[in-house]
Amino acid sequence: MTSAAALRTTPLNSVHRALGAKMVDFGGWDMPVQYSGIIEEHNAVRRSVGLFDVSHMGEIEIRGPEAGAFTDFVTTNHARKLKLGQAHYSALLYDHGGAVDDILVHKVAEDHFFLCVNASNQDKDYGHIRAHNRFDCQVDFASERYAQLAIQGPKALATLQKLTAVDLAPIRYYWFTDDEVAGSPARIARTGYTGEDGFEIYIPPGEAERIWKQVMEAGAEFGIKPAGLGARNTLRLEAGMALYGHELDASISPLEAGLDWIVKFDKGDFVGRDALLQQRESGLKRKLVGFNMSGRSIGRDGYEVWLDGSAAGWVTSGSPSPTLNRNIGMCYLPAPRAVPNQTIQVMIRNQPVDAVTAPTPFYKRAK
Amino acid sequence: MYPANFRYTKEHEWVAVESGVGTIGITDHAQQELGDVVYVELPKPGDRVEQGKTFGSVESVKAVSDIFAPISGEVVEINESLKDAPEKVNQDPHGGAWLIKVRLSDPAQLEKLLSATDYEAYAGAEK
Repeated sequence: MTSAAALRTTPLNSVHRALGAKMVDFGGWDMPVQYSGIIEEHNAVRRSVGLFDVSHMGEIEIRGPEAGAFTDFVTTNHARKLKLGQAHYSALLYDHGGAVDDILVHKVAEDHFFLCVNASNQDKDYGHIRAHNRFDCQVDFASERYAQLAIQGPKALATLQKLTAVDLAPIRYYWFTDDEVAGSPARIARTGYTGEDGFEIYIPPGEAERIWKQVMEAGAEFGIKPAGLGARNTLRLEAGMALYGHELDASISPLEAGLDWIVKFDKGDFVGRDALLQQRESGLKRKLVGFNMSGRSIGRDGYEVWLDGSAAGWVTSGSPSPTLNRNIGMCYLPAPRAVPNQTIQVMIRNQPVDAVTAPTPFYKRAK
Repeated sequence: MYPANFRYTKEHEWVAVESGVGTIGITDHAQQELGDVVYVELPKPGDRVEQGKTFGSVESVKAVSDIFAPISGEVVEINESLKDAPEKVNQDPHGGAWLIKVRLSDPAQLEKLLSATDYEAYAGAEK
């Protein structure tokens, strides 16, 4: 077990502690898993607005005349197709096709791409990107320069709008703008990991505490709640979004994880392309699929999944769904069976418990 | 916080004995650690539980936790109301959210359990 002293902290650590958050070791970071309770925080995001400290996420910047070409070479999505001020979901792959990380790529300028990466992968990502830099780009590890807040929910826009002069409504989903929040420079992106409308803002760490408090005040009339990693997980699972280390890891390719839509084979060469082409040609052995538990039991991360009386896969994420009031999850199964409406058994403490595979996302917000 | 007439385990269960029947639940500390309870799995009346052995589980959004019997005996009643309202475990862990009632087979086992004062110190130190 890691001692608390060795854990990394965000600039908001003392704020979380003052709020009475339950803190956990999340991939080496001392992070709030919940404040008032996961269900209450989850519901606040679905119904109104919640505020997350996601400053543990890493930032990496790629600059240079060949920044677009390099970003395209080292990621799976088509970075050169991004417009200025646009972002997309993407992945970094090993040559063998397994995932180094799943990331967001923002195009700041023709010669400048801004990557938001998973906290516990950031050092690995930085090394991986630099190791493939045949494009003479400048690659900066920028995590120390940014704190990040996620304001999520149907009242996220109304909350954040009080703190910025920029008109937020015209910012489309997965677009961003560089402006100010509460008088501080901020990258304001209409992105999120909850399945709701919302914004992720990148701000100077020294301003994080002040801006956190101002967002809480701005959202007070909507009943804003600070939300922890527990609610973040149930929200993203309902929305069918992958979590690195669960749906995706070094031994799993984005094709297996159902992320074909972020793999652009026609853009030219990229790291991992050959391996993925081979997977596609020879056929995937396994694929990710959602499931609903048939009863009250919860199929949790790592539990075995059985098909026709023998072990066939494993649960990558499983949880009660506060919005749908049933127990949901995602699992890997042999590809031909990784389709909806298959009866499976999840081994829960050595007991096979029925579940039925289902399409994802489990939850989609009304637009 | 912790009723003085209860006895406690280091696994965070409590037992209150009256007329040879022990009422068993999980402690306030346990429910706080678990967070929102969404499912409680209990044995059936007539089943036997054994001191120190698991007899059921409490699931929260985040985790599943075994429950260990503080004393041995036969289950005479289970708290049916938790089936539809598992969140009661968070709201009233030392009262309305008791889990099972057991007819004690060996009352001397109670001596191995912690007093309220000792348990409070133990739970406080664990935090």
